[in-house]
Amino acid sequence: MNRYFAGAASALAILGWLAAPVAAGTIVVNTDTSDPAPKQAFQELIDGFKEAHPDVQVTWNVFDHEGYKTSIRNFLTADAPDIAAWYAGNRMVPYVDAGLFEDVSDVWADNGLDESMKSTAESMTLDGKKWGVPYTYYQWGVYYRKDIFADLGIEPPTTWDAFLAACAKIKESGVTPIAIGTKALWPTAGWFDYLNLRENGYEFHMELTGGNVPYTDDRVKAVFDRWRALLEPGYFVENHAALDWQDALPLLVQGQAAMYLIGNFAVAPLREAGLTDDQLGFMQFPVINPDVPMAEDAPTDTLHIPANASNKEDAKKFLAYLAQPDVQSKINATLGQLPVNNESEVPEDPFLKQGFEMLSGASALAQFYDRDAVAEMAKAGMEGFQEFMVKPDRGEQILKRLEKIRSRVYK
Amino acid sequence: MATPVVMPVTAAPAQKSWWKANQRRLAPWIFLAPGVFMFLVYVIIPIFESMWISFYDWDGIGEATWIGWGNYVELFDDEAFYTSLKNNVIWLVLYMLAVPAGLLIAIFLNQNVVGIRLYKSLFFFPFVISQVVVGLIFAWFYAPNFGLLTQILAWLGMGDIAILADERFVTYGIIAAGLWPQIAYCMILYLTGLNNVSPDQIEAARLDGARSWRMLWHVIIPQLRPATFIAVVVTVIGALRSFDLVSIMTDGGPYGSSRVLSFYMYEQALSEYGFRMGYGAAIAVILFLIMMIFITGFIWKMVSDERGGR
Repeated sequence: MNRYFAGAASALAILGWLAAPVAAGTIVVNTDTSDPAPKQAFQELIDGFKEAHPDVQVTWNVFDHEGYKTSIRNFLTADAPDIAAWYAGNRMVPYVDAGLFEDVSDVWADNGLDESMKSTAESMTLDGKKWGVPYTYYQWGVYYRKDIFADLGIEPPTTWDAFLAACAKIKESGVTPIAIGTKALWPTAGWFDYLNLRENGYEFHMELTGGNVPYTDDRVKAVFDRWRALLEPGYFVENHAALDWQDALPLLVQGQAAMYLIGNFAVAPLREAGLTDDQLGFMQFPVINPDVPMAEDAPTDTLHIPANASNKEDAKKFLAYLAQPDVQSKINATLGQLPVNNESEVPEDPFLKQGFEMLSGASALAQFYDRDAVAEMAKAGMEGFQEFMVKPDRGEQILKRLEKIRSRVYK
Repeated sequence: MATPVVMPVTAAPAQKSWWKANQRRLAPWIFLAPGVFMFLVYVIIPIFESMWISFYDWDGIGEATWIGWGNYVELFDDEAFYTSLKNNVIWLVLYMLAVPAGLLIAIFLNQNVVGIRLYKSLFFFPFVISQVVVGLIFAWFYAPNFGLLTQILAWLGMGDIAILADERFVTYGIIAAGLWPQIAYCMILYLTGLNNVSPDQIEAARLDGARSWRMLWHVIIPQLRPATFIAVVVTVIGALRSFDLVSIMTDGGPYGSSRVLSFYMYEQALSEYGFRMGYGAAIAVILFLIMMIFITGFIWKMVSDERGGR
């Protein structure tokens, strides 16, 4: 008889031991911030939160950036943390649809985020509810070698014709106009996004990535024609399909290439490789159709509460803390990116200042092709873009294939 | 324990207990049970589960919907599937080169000179290092601009060819990387086989005037049949599961032209943009059927050999 009691008691003790830290107000935070700057920023964020809420303990798990994308599926269902990092836009749809993310509209309402985070509100909203809190975003644009441009007497082009002329002039001087590394596919999508945003505008881009327009539409063909105008004269680096985005950076550093359409995250490695701010410049992607308002790519990173979280109350405190303007100023200074809260301060950095101005004036912000389109379409699309960049004459055929996939994916 | 238990003092001599009577028949099954259990749980049941999943449209977390043959219909209308299938065939055919190449090196190394053990281990070395490392080494070897191959080609005046970025060469480039360790494997199999070649028969053949090629073809190779059999089996399996090299060297690219079925399956079911469990399972089922053709062939051959076909 006593044995049973002893057994039950010890079982209870073990359960109690397991449950105890949770009961005392612990939140578990899972992030994919394995790179040095993001890791540092999160360390500061968590330290700051602990100071502001001394009663809440924080357990923080850092996952490898790429591995996280598969781990999240496992831990959201099996062993949910209280906070999980993810991305805005269509990238979060599968988890929202599967009921794995918690509705955090109340955090937005209680902290006045609908006002202070207006720019990203739409990309966090699904079914009229908010599903997470954004903390950072960054601009995309053309990073270029100021000194090469100066040597050749080229002004940063603002129109498509000027851009083509600049490319021709750079090519003539023996320098490849545009650096790119498409091995990982996504850098191709930067070009598609911008050409489409400039040619057809944000509304059309969203219709297309939302699956409502066929890829065989004449407007998409027009985008490919614009692209072909750069491909056929050989304005992109050769063998880009064998290069990762980082492998294309040395080309810019060594002066073998003059421009690079990429996100602001490329600035840190370029500076590390020895480019000074006198050599490296940033410009907005040129205008193609003057009637189309200028929209930009600005991918947003976010934090969410899993639906199976055990301590949602403290997790919401964490999100509220994350949304504060001063907190966002601080972590983005470390990240080298832009705060989402419009009351925050933009870090003292020429590229971020320029990016912030550009994005403030943007008519709308797209997330990025692989976050705006659903995963399956994004993968096929970016593969098609890569093929197109290598074999421009297959454009027609590629668009037909993409259309076949679109009509199946968006039933 | 207050109840007294009455133990039978003597067992009835006429009828032995059921256990005793059947012990000899049961013992093997009991010994096999743990293995059978593991095999069922980790091999047999998953095979049927894959087949079952291949009839669903399922992202792994949400609701699974039954779509019957839908995944297969889509698969047979999928260009990427045919690219992968074609590459699989190229892999199978070219990978077979490892068998004669391994034999050649084994014959070459089957001699007694000073330091032969060192040479043998150097030749065997590529099989010891991980496939991932092999893939990385070859990726650098092929790299445009700074790769060794590019340098050699430039020196020969053949211009710049990025093997891994060109849809025409990429699969062959990866197979070449795969052959390097596979040849070493076949070589080791043949080296052990050559140890067992009977010296009497060679002596006798020599007396009968057999030399070089005739000796090799009619005397040595027939005696190496068991080694050849194993070498072919491991090479076929190696070619069909050629996943790691593809993943490391090209990630299936450029634009999917170096995919093989196992990689396509992984990409559809488990990679960043995938999570189509049903579709991935359908590819797995097709791959399983292809493997079954070979496996049945090998088993049939083994059985007929054992029945005295020698």
